[in-house]
Amino acid sequence: MKFITRLWGSSLGKKYLMALSGIALWFFVIGHLLGNLQVFLGPDKINTYAAFLKSQPGLLWGARLGLLAMVALHVSSAISLTNLNRNARPQPYGHPRAPFGSSYASRTMMMSGLIVAAFIIYHLLHYTVQTPAVNLTGVDFSEYQEAVGTTTRHDVYRMIIIGFRHPLVSLFYIVAVGLLSLHLSHGLSSMFQSLGITRWSKTGRDCLARTAGLITFVGYASIPVAVLLGLGKEVVK
Amino acid sequence: MAQLNSNIPAGPLAQKWENHKFSSKLINPANKRKYKVIVVGAGLAGSSASATLAELGYQVENFVFHDSPRRAHSIAAQGGVNAAKNYQNDGDSVRRLFYDTIKGGDFRSREANVHRLAEVSVNIIDQCTAQGVPFAREYGGMLDNRSFGGAQVSRTFYARGQTGQQLLLGAYSALCRQIGLGSVKSHTHSEMLDLVVVDGHAKGIIVRNLRTGEVTRHAADAVVLATGGYGNVFNLSTYARGSNTTAIWRAYKRGACFANPCYTQIHPTCIPVSGDYQSKLTLMSESLRNDGRIWAPKNKGDRRSPQEIPEEERDYYLERKYPSFGNLAPRDIASRAAKQVCDEGRGVGESGLGVYLDFSDAIARLGEDKIRERYGNLFSIYREITNEDAYKTPMRIYPAVHYTMGGLWVDYNLMSNLPGLFVLGEANFSDHGANRLGASALMQGLADGYFVLPATIATYLALQDTGKRPKTEHPAFKDAELNTMADIKRMLDCKGGRTPAAFHKQLGKIMWEYCGMARSEAGLKKALQLLPQLREEYSKDLRVTGSTSTLNQSLEQAGRVVDFIELGELLCRDALAREESCGGHFREEHQEDGECKRDDDRFAHVAAWEYTGAGQTPVRNVEPLVYEEVKMATRSYK
Amino acid sequence: MKVRLKVWRQSNPGTPGAFEEHETPDINPNMSFLEMLDVVNEDLASKGQEPIAFDHDCREGICGTCSLVIDGKPHGPHQGVATCQTYMRSFSDGDMITVEPFRAAPFPIIRDLVVDRKAFDRIMQAGGFISVRTGNAPDANAIPVPKIAADLAMDAAQCIGCGACVAACKNASAMLFVSAKVSHLGLLPQGQPERQRRVLAMVEAMDKEGFGACTVTGSCEAVCPKEISLDFISRMNRDYGRSLLQGEPGRKAGASDEA
Repeated sequence: MKFITRLWGSSLGKKYLMALSGIALWFFVIGHLLGNLQVFLGPDKINTYAAFLKSQPGLLWGARLGLLAMVALHVSSAISLTNLNRNARPQPYGHPRAPFGSSYASRTMMMSGLIVAAFIIYHLLHYTVQTPAVNLTGVDFSEYQEAVGTTTRHDVYRMIIIGFRHPLVSLFYIVAVGLLSLHLSHGLSSMFQSLGITRWSKTGRDCLARTAGLITFVGYASIPVAVLLGLGKEVVK
Repeated sequence: MAQLNSNIPAGPLAQKWENHKFSSKLINPANKRKYKVIVVGAGLAGSSASATLAELGYQVENFVFHDSPRRAHSIAAQGGVNAAKNYQNDGDSVRRLFYDTIKGGDFRSREANVHRLAEVSVNIIDQCTAQGVPFAREYGGMLDNRSFGGAQVSRTFYARGQTGQQLLLGAYSALCRQIGLGSVKSHTHSEMLDLVVVDGHAKGIIVRNLRTGEVTRHAADAVVLATGGYGNVFNLSTYARGSNTTAIWRAYKRGACFANPCYTQIHPTCIPVSGDYQSKLTLMSESLRNDGRIWAPKNKGDRRSPQEIPEEERDYYLERKYPSFGNLAPRDIASRAAKQVCDEGRGVGESGLGVYLDFSDAIARLGEDKIRERYGNLFSIYREITNEDAYKTPMRIYPAVHYTMGGLWVDYNLMSNLPGLFVLGEANFSDHGANRLGASALMQGLADGYFVLPATIATYLALQDTGKRPKTEHPAFKDAELNTMADIKRMLDCKGGRTPAAFHKQLGKIMWEYCGMARSEAGLKKALQLLPQLREEYSKDLRVTGSTSTLNQSLEQAGRVVDFIELGELLCRDALAREESCGGHFREEHQEDGECKRDDDRFAHVAAWEYTGAGQTPVRNVEPLVYEEVKMATRSYK
Repeated sequence: MKVRLKVWRQSNPGTPGAFEEHETPDINPNMSFLEMLDVVNEDLASKGQEPIAFDHDCREGICGTCSLVIDGKPHGPHQGVATCQTYMRSFSDGDMITVEPFRAAPFPIIRDLVVDRKAFDRIMQAGGFISVRTGNAPDANAIPVPKIAADLAMDAAQCIGCGACVAACKNASAMLFVSAKVSHLGLLPQGQPERQRRVLAMVEAMDKEGFGACTVTGSCEAVCPKEISLDFISRMNRDYGRSLLQGEPGRKAGASDEA
C-alpha cells in the first residue's frame, strides 16, 4: 500500500509513471509507424495487415485499452504535476527570463502534449472511427472496400491516399507529428533522467532522444508528403 | 577583581586531559534530560556542541542570527584542518602538533589546552569522516594530506579549497539530525543582545527576532557562546559582513573577562584592496604557498609588469629570510615581511600595497593541469575579483585581517569567569596564543564543540539544581530586556546624519592605521583619543531608518557597530599595555632585526580585561602562563 | 559609471510589493553587485528613505546567503558564481537592471529581496545526515573510499544551499538541491546504511514543502554557482525508485542485503 501512496503521492513517483507510460506510448508510436510505412509497399500489403489486425479482436482491443490506460496515466500525471508546478510559483518574475540551459522542447512539453492530444482525437475520428464530417472530402471512408476472393476487406490504402490528398488535413498531420517529435525529443531524454538511467552521458541521451524524434518525424511525415507528391495516383484515381 | 582560576588539572602534560575527564562529574541519563543549555552560534563550534550535547541527552536551544545554521562563517575556511594522524609517516605526532602550535602561538597560549587540542585532533578527523565529509583521497582510498604554514610535516586534511564548508556541513548535518529528533530547538534569525546573569551565574539570554523585531527572554542552566571572532572591528577583513562581536561584548559588559584582545591575525595572502567602496577582502588560501613563490621587485618603485622583471631583480624575500620554512613561514611573519617590503616602496599593483605570489615555477614543474586540479577554484575566484589570469601572471596579494586569537577568557573547562557561561571556538582566547597556525581554527572549533565542552560541562551542571533554574519572570531577565529595548529605541530615535556603515568605515580606518600590523605607543595613544570621540559622535549623530517591527538591516548593523567601537578601544588599550611583540601583536618599539621581541619576564601572561562600567577604565587582570614541560624559546623559522 | 535599478520592494510578507526604480550614484566597475547595492543604500539612507533589504554574508561565494534574480537570472549574468561574485564590469553604463527576489511558494518573501529558505533546512532535518554519535567513529582510514567516489561526492557536497536552482526552475523544483545531498552521502560507504531511508525521507519532506517537480529543463544546473550536475538528479531518481521497490528498509527477513 505504501508503494502505491508513495508512487502516486510523490513528485518522483509521478515522474516514473509519466516516464513509463511515455515509453509505452513511444513503443506504440514506433509500431504504428512501421505498420503505416507499409503504404509504400502497395495496397495489398497494408490492406492485408489491416485485415489481420481486425481479425484479432482480442489483441486489437487489448492493445487499444492498454493504450487508453497509458494515455490516461500519462495525461493525469501530467495534469497533476503541472498543478504542483504552478502552485510552486504563484508569483511570476517581472523580468522576462532567459532560458538559461533549457531547450525549447523542455519548456513547451505541456503545449506540445496538448496539441498532440487534440490531434490524436481528430486522427481517431478521421481514420479509426471514420467520421465523414472530419475528413473534408465528404466521403465515408468505411465505404472503401476491396474484393478479395469471395469476401471483401476494408481498403485502407485508398483511405490513406484519399485522406491525405486534402492539403489541410496533411498540413495538420505534419504539424502534429512535428510537435510529437518535439515532445519526444525532450520526453525520451527526460524519461532516462526520471528513471535514473545514466547509462550514457546527458549529451548522449539528449542526442539519442533528438535522433529518435527526428526519425519519428521523417517517418510519419513522409506519408502525407508522398501522397501530396503523387503516391498512389496510379492505383487510386 | 575577577577570580581567574585556569583549573588546569594536575599530572604530566600528556595525561592531564585523560585524568581530567575521569575526575569530571557525570550526570545520569535520566537527569540529563532536565538540564537546558543555550548555545549561541552554529559555526563549527556551535553546531558540533549543540549536536553533541543533544546526543548526550541535554535539552539544547540553538540561536543564530542567520537564516539557517549552515551559513556561519566557518564555511569560508578554505585550506584544511590539522590533525596529528601521521598518515604520511613523516614524523608527526601529538607532541609535535602540540609543539608546533604552541611555538606558532609565540609561547602565549596555555600549555595544557594546546596539548589537549593536539590529542583530540585525531578524533576530529575520524568523526568528520564518519559523518560523510568528503576529504581528499589518494587513489588507494586513503586520506590525502597537504602542508601548511608553520609546520614541516604534512598533517593538513582538506576537501579541495572548501574544507571549512565541508566540515561545517558535517556538523550542520549532525545538528539537523538532532533538530529532526526534537532534541535541539533551533532559533534562526535570532540575535542575542544580552546575557542574563542571576546571582553571579549566566542563566539566560535576551534575543531579538530579526524578522519580526520581537524581543524575547530565554532561560537555561548554562549558556554557551560560540559566536566567532571580532575581526570586523577593522571593517575590512576576510570575515563575513555579518560576523560581529555583539554576543561576547555584551557578555563582557555583564562581567565575563575579555582576554588578549590585541592578538589579531593578519593573513598574508589576500587579494589587495582595490577601492574605498570595498566591503570585504577575499582570502587566497594559505595552501597556495605550497606551490606559489612570494616575491617583490628588488628595486624601489619598479613599475614594470612582472614578466618584464628579470629573475635577478626579484626578491623572494621569504625564501631569503627564512630558508628552512621559506614560503611556508607562519602567517604573522609572512604578513609583516610583506608590509616591510611595501613600506620600503617595493610594493606592486596600483596602490603599491601588494606583492606577487607566483606560480610560474610550479606550472613549469607540474604542468598547468596539476595546478588547476589543486587550486582551480581559488584561481577562478581570483579571476572573478581582479579580472586577471593567475596562470599567466602572478597573483597580487596583501595581508588582511583574518582571525582573532583573543576572546572571552575561559578556564580549562572552557568556562568563563562567570559561572555557567561557556565560550567555544574563535570566541574564546584559549588555544592559539598570539598567533594561530593555518588549519588550526577548524581544529579548535570542532575540538571544543565535539569533544571538550561535552566532557566538561557536566562538572558545572551537576552542581545546578534544575528545579531552581531562574524563570524568565525573574527581575534580572526583565532588566536585561528593558535595557535591550531602550538601546534599540535610542538608536532609532537618534535621527542623526550618519549611517552605521559610515561609522564602521571610520572605525576600521582608525584601527588599521593605529592598531594594524605594526603598533606603536604614540599611535595607540592617538587611537585611544579618537575612539571615545567616535563613540560620542555615534551616540549623537547616528541615523537608523525604518522601524523595529520588521526586518531592519540598518538597525542590526547599528547595534553591532557600537560594540565594535567599544571593543576597538579595549583592543588598543590591551595593545598599549602589552609592551612586547609577540605573534600577531607587533610593537614597533620591541623588535630585533624586524622580528618580534618578546618580554617573557614581564608579559608571559594572559591579560584578561574586566568591565567596570560605562566610561570607566577596565581592570587588567593577569593569568600567568606556567609552562611545565615546554621551555619558552625565541621563535625562529630561519 | 551609473546604472538604473528596477528593484522589487515589499515591506513585509503580508503586504503586496511592487517594482521601484532608482538611479545609482556614480559607481566603480570593480565593485561587486552587492557593493553597488551598499552604495545605493547609503544614498537612500542619506535621503531619509529606507534601504533595500537584501541577503548577504560571506561575500566570497560560499555561504549561500546572497540570492537575487538579476535581469531574470539567479545570481546574475555569469556562470558558476554567486551574486556576491558578480562585478559591475559585467554591466554597461546606463543599463537598466531588474533585481527581484527568488520566487517560489516555499520561499516566502520576508522583505524586499530577502526570502525565507528554511524549507531547505527542514528537508535536511528529515534525513540529510549520517547518524553517527560523537566519539563513535572508527579510524578515518579504516574504510577506504575510492578517490573517484570521494571526488564525485565532493562535487555534490559543494552545494551552498542558496536556492538558485529553485529560483531558476520554471517549476520551482528543489530537485538539484535535494539530489546533491542525497548523492553526496549515498556515494560514500559511510552513507550506505541509511541510503534508502534518507532518500525516501528527504523526497517526502521536499514534496511537503510544495516545491515543483523536475521536468529536466536543466536551468538549475545552468545557474548553480557550484555548477552541480543534473546527473545527481538522475542518481536520486534511481535511488528513490530502488527504495520504492524494496519497500520499508529492514522489515523483511528475506529482503535483499543491498541498501
